[in-house]
Amino acid sequence: MRRTISLAALLAVTGAVSAGANSDLQSLIDDPNQWVIQTGDYANQRYSKLDQINKENVGDLQVAWTFSTGVLRGHEGSPLVIGDVMYVHTPFPNTVYALDLNDNGRIIWKYEPQQDANVIPVMCCDTVNRGVAYADGKIFLHQADTTVVALNAEDGSVVWSVKNGDPSKGETNTATVMPVKDKVLVGISGGEFGVRGSVTAYNISDGSMAWRAYSMGPDEEMLVDPEKTTVLGKPIGKDSSLSTWEGDQWQIGGGTTWGWYSYDPELNLVYYGTGNPSTWNPAQRPGDNRWSMTIMARDPDTGMAKWFYQMTPHDEWDYDGVNEMILTDQEVDGQMRKLLTHPDRNGFAYTLDRETGELLVAKKYDPAVNWATEVVMDPDSDQYGRPQVVAEFSTEQNGEDVNSTGICPAALGTKDQQPSAYSPKTETFYIPTNHVCMDYEPFRVSYTAGQPYVGATLAMYPAPDSHGGMGNFIAWDNIKGEIKWSIPEQFSVWSGALATAGDVVFYGTLEGYLKAVDAETGDELYRFKTPSGIIGNVMTYTHDDKQYVAVLSGVGGWAGIGLAAGLTNPNDGLGAVGGYASLSDYTALGGQLTVFKLPD
Amino acid sequence: MAPVPPRFKGKMMNARHLASVLATGLIVAGTSAAAQSSTDAATDNITAAYDEDGRYFTADDVPTFHVAEDGTVDWPTFSGFRRYHAECHVCHGPDGEGSTYAPALKKSAINMDYYDFVDVVTNGRQVVNAAEHQVMPTFGTNKNVMCYLDDIYVYLKARGADAIPRGRPAKKEAKSDAIQQAEDACMGS
Repeated sequence: MRRTISLAALLAVTGAVSAGANSDLQSLIDDPNQWVIQTGDYANQRYSKLDQINKENVGDLQVAWTFSTGVLRGHEGSPLVIGDVMYVHTPFPNTVYALDLNDNGRIIWKYEPQQDANVIPVMCCDTVNRGVAYADGKIFLHQADTTVVALNAEDGSVVWSVKNGDPSKGETNTATVMPVKDKVLVGISGGEFGVRGSVTAYNISDGSMAWRAYSMGPDEEMLVDPEKTTVLGKPIGKDSSLSTWEGDQWQIGGGTTWGWYSYDPELNLVYYGTGNPSTWNPAQRPGDNRWSMTIMARDPDTGMAKWFYQMTPHDEWDYDGVNEMILTDQEVDGQMRKLLTHPDRNGFAYTLDRETGELLVAKKYDPAVNWATEVVMDPDSDQYGRPQVVAEFSTEQNGEDVNSTGICPAALGTKDQQPSAYSPKTETFYIPTNHVCMDYEPFRVSYTAGQPYVGATLAMYPAPDSHGGMGNFIAWDNIKGEIKWSIPEQFSVWSGALATAGDVVFYGTLEGYLKAVDAETGDELYRFKTPSGIIGNVMTYTHDDKQYVAVLSGVGGWAGIGLAAGLTNPNDGLGAVGGYASLSDYTALGGQLTVFKLPD
Repeated sequence: MAPVPPRFKGKMMNARHLASVLATGLIVAGTSAAAQSSTDAATDNITAAYDEDGRYFTADDVPTFHVAEDGTVDWPTFSGFRRYHAECHVCHGPDGEGSTYAPALKKSAINMDYYDFVDVVTNGRQVVNAAEHQVMPTFGTNKNVMCYLDDIYVYLKARGADAIPRGRPAKKEAKSDAIQQAEDACMGS
């Protein structure tokens, strides 16, 4: 009885303050001393105005303190810092810790949800979680089993909890959530299980559903207006999705939504990408498979779509379109434009006008990319906005049961979810990339609810005729569509980058190094080997007037699965097999937070 | 203990029969009975003693691989390569080598009894405690796995025995009519 009363009282209190939630959250985000949402800011720039640690002194960096998360799995995402409290999350079982920065990281509270362990094997590619979010006095956790829970930030008690999907059908979650105004936006994973993707908005005050927009299906379920929603400047038209699928395949059609979302408060639009169409065997789903592989712009209040752009129609390679959407205001041809930059899995980095969805730049950000020659930029062409697929690398044209070889990039993309950073000082994007190619053989597959629904065999190997490594960390000019510099890495760079006003860019490596490089030149300024491989994102904050840099270690995710034993190139012949580096020679499982500072 | 149906033991236990056995719930009886015999003959669990319709078996009638002197592999080993890299490698890593997430199955195929292997794939397995969260799902209803279970098994055994290198087998025997018919029946096409 007592519990009921206190919960009701809590709800009343949180209800009262939620009206101001948006402006409160915005002012917290604007304060560089805190790190309030996973992406740093709504624009996804992952840029900090802090400059106490800068390119002159970053070489002196040392470890301030460490914290073991108690879980040995892939650790993606990053901690948050709100005021004097740090919030640290873990992979499954998705424990959340609140640590007191005033008391040497003492654990203020710990929340560990009870989840059915059967959710573990339906999470394709490890039990990662990309972190919690904060708004309105609440910490939002989106668990592996798709339970979205709002915790009281002060004591970790559950304010509300809601179930977003059904793991027995393969619906799971790996992503963070994004609080916008009085709602929290939530995605879903499971493209390899035939899940139909959607984004759902829940009301922050009580967890009730505000809207849900599917990636594919009937217009009313996708929340599109046939006349007002546009694609490359033209109305999307009626049944834009249904007309591009054969039969009912769209119902198990993928297009899941597990990436990083961004938000433009002035335009009142949220941006995100949709994943691969399901299955991986393109012959089983003729048509463009809209709106998988699509950048979506929606009104966060209603969910109604403003514009779509499909990057990879009728995917044949598993190039999910979920990567981050970075919002910048930059000059293009002498005119200030509101831009959206998106380095896609398919190896093209796209720059669009984020107000209209007009395509401005689409260029390869790894010279190895070969599956398409170009994206057609001529609005008068019937191929406008479409990639020009090279027949040799088309798994559709080569057909079922044929092994298409030498396709670049591999299915994990020129980059995957590992988020890039942008520095307004250098007007440069810092992109962690994979440098991996593949052989891909699609074949017939049958659908069973809750079971993998893949339908292709893959072999992956380092990009041939290159430096032999499996990754690069690059500086990208999103207006010219050019690489400024590129740092070769032995393994894929699977860690989110951080750029700072100190002219330093940080990123982690799969061997476990935290690296700091010069934002202008890419010259390495500092490295430190943490206990396990880094697939987490670097963040920074200030406590007691001192700047700290923090990152989670804990190898895993797709990188840990694909690279643990190293990759081999079957086309190199027997002599080269085993010649490439195995990640397991460099690092082992872990789960640790490492916090860095300058010497006192 | 329920009697083991005669055709359950040995070479007749191809994917098609396996599926029907599973449907009648007899797998448990078969597992424990057969586990005994193959432990006694562990050393014979690799070498092919005879073949039938393009599939190879040990003297104990357990499916196994066959690699000719010129490197040509039997069709099921090649098929197992394909199916493994569609269904299994997203957790267990390429080439049966294991990952940060799940164990190296090329070793399991050597160390585990065939019938135990079948049981784990069919019914799953959980090791969940403070130190680890390992959960193998149940694939019993998944045709993409169950119709090719013997193929996956012999492929992994070939990898574990170092009979074939990492990567895609370069040369393979042709797919036999019997294998094609069994596949069509199992997949329901």
